[in-house]
Amino acid sequence: MAQHTNKRATTQAVTANRLLDGEVVYFTADGSWSDWLKDADVADGKEACAALLAKTEPSVAAQQVVEPYLFEVAVEDGAIVPASVREKIRMAGPTIRLDLGKQAASA
Amino acid sequence: MPLIKNGKFADDNWVLVGDDDELPTDTPVIVSAARWQAERDALIGRNAPLGVKLEAGEAPELIADDLDRLQLVAVNFPAFKDGRGFSYASLLRDRYGFDGEVRAVGEVLRDQWSLMVRCGFDAFDVADGTKIDAFQEALGEFSHVYQATGDGKKTVWQLRHGG
Amino acid sequence: MYRYDEFDHRLVKERVTQFRGQVERRLAGDITEDQFKPLRLMNGVYLQLHAYMLRVAVPYGTLSGSQMHMLADIATKYDKGYGHFTTRQNIQYNWPALSDIPAILDDLASVEMHAIQTSGNCIRNVTSDQYAGAAAGEVDDPRIWSEIIRQWSTFHPEFTFLPRKFKFAVCGMNEDRAAIRFHDIGIEVVKGKDDAPAFDIYVGGGQGRTPMIGHLIGAAVPAVDLIAYLESIMRVYNMNGRRDNLYKARIKILVHALGAEEMKRQVEEEFVHVKEKGVVHLPEEEIARIRAYFAPPAYETLPDESSALNEAMADNKKFADWVKTNVAEHKVDGYAIANISLKPVGGVAGDASDDQMHVMADLAAQYSFDELRVTHEQNIVLAHVKKDDLFALWQGLEKAALGTPNLALITDHIVCPGLDYCALANARSIPISQEIAERFNDLDRQHNIGELKVKISGCINACGHHHVGHIGILGVDKKGTEFYQISLGGSADENASIGDILGPAFTEDEIADAIETIVETYINIRQEGERFIDTYARVGKEPFKETLYATH
Repeated sequence: MAQHTNKRATTQAVTANRLLDGEVVYFTADGSWSDWLKDADVADGKEACAALLAKTEPSVAAQQVVEPYLFEVAVEDGAIVPASVREKIRMAGPTIRLDLGKQAASA
Repeated sequence: MPLIKNGKFADDNWVLVGDDDELPTDTPVIVSAARWQAERDALIGRNAPLGVKLEAGEAPELIADDLDRLQLVAVNFPAFKDGRGFSYASLLRDRYGFDGEVRAVGEVLRDQWSLMVRCGFDAFDVADGTKIDAFQEALGEFSHVYQATGDGKKTVWQLRHGG
Repeated sequence: MYRYDEFDHRLVKERVTQFRGQVERRLAGDITEDQFKPLRLMNGVYLQLHAYMLRVAVPYGTLSGSQMHMLADIATKYDKGYGHFTTRQNIQYNWPALSDIPAILDDLASVEMHAIQTSGNCIRNVTSDQYAGAAAGEVDDPRIWSEIIRQWSTFHPEFTFLPRKFKFAVCGMNEDRAAIRFHDIGIEVVKGKDDAPAFDIYVGGGQGRTPMIGHLIGAAVPAVDLIAYLESIMRVYNMNGRRDNLYKARIKILVHALGAEEMKRQVEEEFVHVKEKGVVHLPEEEIARIRAYFAPPAYETLPDESSALNEAMADNKKFADWVKTNVAEHKVDGYAIANISLKPVGGVAGDASDDQMHVMADLAAQYSFDELRVTHEQNIVLAHVKKDDLFALWQGLEKAALGTPNLALITDHIVCPGLDYCALANARSIPISQEIAERFNDLDRQHNIGELKVKISGCINACGHHHVGHIGILGVDKKGTEFYQISLGGSADENASIGDILGPAFTEDEIADAIETIVETYINIRQEGERFIDTYARVGKEPFKETLYATH
């Protein structure tokens, strides 16, 4: 399986898929889930990241999302950018069908 | 842990005895295959029903010659994904003709019960809070079967041709 | 083709009811994701990168026109207007909501379709030869036996929680279009006693991270013993296959560890017992009943030569090109097998829009006895088209952008969804396929190169069959960057072979150049009449390695 959780990375956000429709979602500072990475809460350092991930446990228990995990991001000029190709594709949609996925709605 | 036997909740008089535990007197006991092999004569000498628990990886062949001395075989499912026990039950019933209790223990999902019954399990350790209705409902989800197993149920292939 | 009777209908409907209950229990929190996952997988529901994915079974790749229409309607109603045909002859939808899936399964059940056992550690959809019933030289129609295996394997009480997934492929003759030697069990129908159908049974083939060619362990097994023999193999595997390591759990690893001879011995020992049980596994009347569904269609008596076809080919080069590449010989005079390529340059291999599915269904109704087949090479086949009708068929296909004349040429790839869709992938595969197709877009050049099968996977699981590509491409991840490894000389047919890895991997920008270098090397050294795979068999990898790595 592709390695997508980087435990050593310093800056990370939490993503998951919504249980009901599978949509990619990001965990926000107010404890809810957003469709957009720009709304995500980010944490720095191992402990803060683990704490951020732990905060999502109630929404797993409440059947809102499936399998949340941490992924590495960079904050560039105030924008959150995923480090891996995989997360860039999840954030946008298939690279060969720009009419599909989140990129279609945001275009 | 509640026991369902032949589709109903039943009292469980069996005691699972660890390999280092002392054997209780006059009580039906379930021992491991290893203990059965090591203390076979002493166990046969007791005046109470005997059962053996097979772990995944311990095929019934291990106890095949002694099945007529056993009243129960428990088959453990270490994880619901580990389906070896389905074959063990089939072998116990079909190949070795074991007619005592075959009990599923360990991690078993609701959606596995009906398949397990078809393979020859007649007893289940179930989680606390399990409702007997759920068990009956799970068993009734499919009206017909394609495969012939030891349960003698007519297959679709038989029913199509006058059974 | 096969039609459900009341029993088949009922089972599929009951399965939908069961799954609806499972979804309700999941949404209510009665079961956890860990407990739900194997249940949803056994109904073909995955959670992929962007969304859920639903894989619908197309048993042995055969579909009626109304089934194809329904697949299109589902794409429109519940998905994003398209579907993806896979190497398992199935169709996948990439965007369904979990909450809609019970309704989708209801719609499928209404046309005798389902998603049963399209994933999970159980016996998966049985695949077969897309030319079944149409190819000359067939011993028997493999779909009869595939349907028997489909029914036997559906909700099998003993073999639903196997160590790992389990795939069957069946072919009806010694020309193998179903890659039977690369399946957990591959079956070839052969002539047995008194010329009755019997079965050569290969075990332990597969791809993934340890590609292996299956071993023949059961030779000419008679029909009456087929199910008992398969039960025996399954039991040996279920009890002895490894469960401690996901990557070593397939039957190929067991066969490799035991050796084919020992595997055969264990299966045959088991077989003696299974037969002793005396259960009639497969009644003769049932074989006859299923066989009747695959009786030849009502062919007309026609001359083999079609003047209408010859004239149309003479008048229209584009059509002639299509006939040359996409049309195959039929066993009946005056008929042909038409292949519809789902590999237009610039498209996504195996994808078809809802409109295209409707068009294919309509054309099948009009020209091919209302029946279609999905191929493991991700194309569609109309198996019984009158030669006189080929031109009209082609015009209909052209209108829907389905007339791409590239079957088995260098732009007809097997491609897994890769990192554009798949949660397991390490690299994208579709863009690589598109770059190669663009590079070799010129049709005369494709014809000059000749048969060349390029197969592309986005990870080591090898869903894109790269091990058996004449040219195989495997995407790997190196510290977050996609790289592509090339292998040469694989083949999935009766001359089964596993490709040899050439050397260090290439970046996305380099890969089309690398493929071009390989192709040019072949052109330079090939002898008269040699296909790429023949030249490779003669010279091995060295000449390719030299030219490829000399320039880098």
